[in-house]
Amino acid sequence: MFSYIIRRLLMLIPVLVGMTLITFSIVHLIPGNPAQVILGETATQTAIEDLEESMGLNEPYVVQYGLYVKDLLQGDLGTSLRSKADISTEIWPYIAATFELTFFAMIFAIFIGVNAGIISAWKQNSWFDFLAMLFALIGVSMPVFWLALMEQWIFAQELGWFPAYGREDSRDPIAPITYFYVLDSLIHLDFARTVTVLKHLVLPSIALGTIPMAIIARMTRSSMLEVMKSDYIRTVRAKGSGQFLVIYKHALKNATIPVLTVIGLQTGVLLGGAILTETIFSWPGIGRYVFEAINYRDYPVIQSGILVIAFIFVLINLVVDVLYKIIDPRINY
Amino acid sequence: MKLDEKKPVEAEQQIANPAKADSQIDTEEIEAISPWKDSLKQLRKNRFALVGLIIILFFIILGIVAPLLTSYTYEEQDLVNRLQPPSSEHWMGTDDLGRDIFTRVAYGARVSLQVGFFAVTGALVFGTLLGIIAGYFGRWVDMIISRIFDILLAFPSILLAIAIVAILGASLQNALIAIAIINIPIFGRLVRSKVISLREEEYIMAARAQGMKNGRIILHHILPNSIAPIIVQSTLGFGTAILEAAALGFLGLGAQPPTPEWGQMLASSREFIQLAPWTLIMPGLSIMLVVLGFNLIGDGLRDALDPKMKN
Repeated sequence: MFSYIIRRLLMLIPVLVGMTLITFSIVHLIPGNPAQVILGETATQTAIEDLEESMGLNEPYVVQYGLYVKDLLQGDLGTSLRSKADISTEIWPYIAATFELTFFAMIFAIFIGVNAGIISAWKQNSWFDFLAMLFALIGVSMPVFWLALMEQWIFAQELGWFPAYGREDSRDPIAPITYFYVLDSLIHLDFARTVTVLKHLVLPSIALGTIPMAIIARMTRSSMLEVMKSDYIRTVRAKGSGQFLVIYKHALKNATIPVLTVIGLQTGVLLGGAILTETIFSWPGIGRYVFEAINYRDYPVIQSGILVIAFIFVLINLVVDVLYKIIDPRINY
Repeated sequence: MKLDEKKPVEAEQQIANPAKADSQIDTEEIEAISPWKDSLKQLRKNRFALVGLIIILFFIILGIVAPLLTSYTYEEQDLVNRLQPPSSEHWMGTDDLGRDIFTRVAYGARVSLQVGFFAVTGALVFGTLLGIIAGYFGRWVDMIISRIFDILLAFPSILLAIAIVAILGASLQNALIAIAIINIPIFGRLVRSKVISLREEEYIMAARAQGMKNGRIILHHILPNSIAPIIVQSTLGFGTAILEAAALGFLGLGAQPPTPEWGQMLASSREFIQLAPWTLIMPGLSIMLVVLGFNLIGDGLRDALDPKMKN
């Protein structure tokens, strides 16, 4: 087990190096002079030279890349051109906002997806199965941004059940501690605020969680159907266990592995989908942070934002691979 | 394990229904059925795939005959009649510049299907090429190509597309290039694993023993045998590519106005969600239906081409 984790970590090194190479080249692949592009056409010659100096753009590429990696290893993600702030300190509230959103989206996706998949497999070919799989098919094909807009229209505007924008009531901002607002409001023992924060989470979580939910439902159904045919399930049945126990205790455990892979992969998809969801719901997460940086040509933020998201994605896949091994020791690499 | 389980079942069926089993042997089994014909037969029986095919054909025809169906053009502005609800003159209403939404949705089918086609073709060609090179020649070539795939796949795909567009500049063409690039490793890995499993087959060794050149072995033996998963992935990839292009268009990183691209249409109508929600319904619904269509066909093809699914 331990040696497996070590091996898996070593395999990460080339991927991490490659990732930094890609984010490093973002600035250098812009056609034309990067400093000129960043500052716009009206920039003076001295301003361009100053920026080139401060970003180290005059050094040879190898030296620049070396400095870039050295800074990264020291936890320095660069300085935002727009806010002039240190990105590594500025970025945390955005990461927390995205984590909170993806967490709730994933809870929604797993809870509904796994249960719909189980019931579909249990009552195979029933009307529930048919409807659930039809919804799953539509869910897989859903453009997240359109779903989000429709939600805003129906549930925020027409029905007024949930707020359409932001993380909290902007007239009454929270005093952040961890920047996970649900957690913060609980620490403050301000439960009315918890409700407000949760209400703000509903629409974006559903929009973001729909595609993973659909994929998880389909995956759960097919792997449950396979497991239910196996010998050990027949044995459990022969012992006289009730249907509920057979499904939720014995079958689900063995059907978890493919489902877990999907959950791991989908978390990455969620991080990507977060950019769209966050833009629509004005959610101050890392996706919107990067997206706004593109509009302002804030290249250091684009580089570091993309690197951080990709890094999180790689870490999640690592955790999933290790969990795999814990759940099913039969797997050998 | 699985094969063993299957055999007794088939045997049981034959015992239970000898007449039927006999007649099957008489007619069907003697007549040689090519695997492709067999797959086509399987596919025809799949109702979901048929629905998918109808949806896609509908949008292809809609795109082709768009000029015949409407008397408006997709960029013709009519500022007096802006944000009109659906009526007999404007079937789906008008947008904020008084343009006919039906016309724009119909022309949008052209844009989206073209983007899907070119992005998938690009990814397919380069992905297959790299996959074959990696799988067939192995060793350090495989090492390098596989690591590049790993790195590209380490980014959430839409994020990588955004990064590429941030470098190249926002336009439909650059969005298309970005989408093709992010899909290369998906095809590449698929083809590589298929080639590796084929490489050790006896008929490949036989071909090599006969003195056949690498190029000929790849073209005549390896490629035809890896074509099934490539077809499935291309169909599914078509839908994903359209979705990704729409997402980039929505973020303002893909097609630029006045191109009638569905994602871009949603973005420009967004602020009128209160005043004129109909401006948002059809473009989004079209994206969903086209993607659904390709997913249905893709799933159907996978079932039809996978020998394990046949029974």
